[in-house]
Amino acid sequence: MAVRKNQADLTATEKRNFVDAVLELKRSGRYDEFISTHNAFIIGDTDDGERTGHRSPSFLPWHRRFLLQFEQALQSVTPSVMLPYWDWTADRTPRSSLWADDFLGGDGRSGDGRVTSGPFAFGSGKWPMNIRVDGRTFLRRSLGTGVRELPTRAEVDRVLAMSVYDAAPWNSSSDGFRNNIEGWRGPNLHNRVHVWVGGQMTTGASPNDPVFWLHHCFIDKLWADWQGMHPKSGYLPTGDTPDVVDLHDTMKPWNDVTPADMLDHTKFYTYG
Amino acid sequence: MSRPTRRQVLHGSAAALAGAALAAPVAFADTAAARPADGHGQAAGDRPSGGHEMPEPFDEMYEGRHIEGWPADEEGAQSGGHHSSGAHAGHHAGQAGPHDGMDFVVRIDNDDLHVMRNADGTWISLVNHYETFTTPRALARAAVRELQGADLVPVVTG
Repeated sequence: MAVRKNQADLTATEKRNFVDAVLELKRSGRYDEFISTHNAFIIGDTDDGERTGHRSPSFLPWHRRFLLQFEQALQSVTPSVMLPYWDWTADRTPRSSLWADDFLGGDGRSGDGRVTSGPFAFGSGKWPMNIRVDGRTFLRRSLGTGVRELPTRAEVDRVLAMSVYDAAPWNSSSDGFRNNIEGWRGPNLHNRVHVWVGGQMTTGASPNDPVFWLHHCFIDKLWADWQGMHPKSGYLPTGDTPDVVDLHDTMKPWNDVTPADMLDHTKFYTYG
Repeated sequence: MSRPTRRQVLHGSAAALAGAALAAPVAFADTAAARPADGHGQAAGDRPSGGHEMPEPFDEMYEGRHIEGWPADEEGAQSGGHHSSGAHAGHHAGQAGPHDGMDFVVRIDNDDLHVMRNADGTWISLVNHYETFTTPRALARAAVRELQGADLVPVVTG
């Protein structure tokens, strides 16, 4: 069974294979298609209109499918590659091995935030910003400046304890587990990590930074953890909800997969 | 350069979010990332979803950039031939108009910044998409700080 590991536990070879596969997807143009898709949903998902990828119950199954698709693309380059996850409750500083030059590279420099080391640095020539919201063509980060602290384990546990998956009005003003993990309410988990990383991660084109995948892989793991803790709590809503993806509705852009299809991650991978 | 009128537009949301649990306005730090747990901010005068008052238009220089904004359904306020429909955008990959789904037009040096209002009356932009601001002006200023002099480019979604 394919196992998604904590990034802190990867071997040097696993890191290299992951990075090389990401760079190959970038070179072939496939990587930027994922950025475009994400940006389109970021713009299109609204609290009082159609919403699929974000600010809605399908935030979690949509990203689970999105990550699976990306992982399969990586495996088309190197079959053994799996997405790793970044447990930001544990690896909380810019000194984490996550940000070393043999993996994602480091913080941005002062002044313009440019990442100057590692495989995704502008100087490598292998990581152009083709899908971008402003004129800057280099990867940027500003770790820990937009907000000083990453979420803590205690904050995560407080959200995991919420037994209801989601609630009307099924958007950024909802109570329940989904909106609290997404971060529009409560201690602010997922959204805050985007802000903590800074640079492109704060924008609609956040997959420009490869840490996007490791962040969302951990969010996906937390969803799996929540399911294990609340076996009687299912995905909500279950039918006839305008603008919102119900349990058995298909999700755009794929139109062939429903939240119900995505509930059991063990069909695809397990977490190590 | 065109100037928006000062008419206040009351936003009538097509999908009234009746039943939304809304916290009372609280003393508020500038962004959600800085807010206390379980607190969230609403601009003074904002009312619950379905009846938010539109923020006032603004037009100023901020850190060397020209920032301006006005309600998207202000008629005749927009230069450049844009027409906001007031209809909410579906997912038009590759052809998202600059004002699709927007309640408020925000420009930095005459370039559109895509913005969106949250159900609680706070605002986000494409540049700062994961933190909320109480007003479009605060959002525009935050975008200026984030851009560090760079120009916005037209949105590419596919």
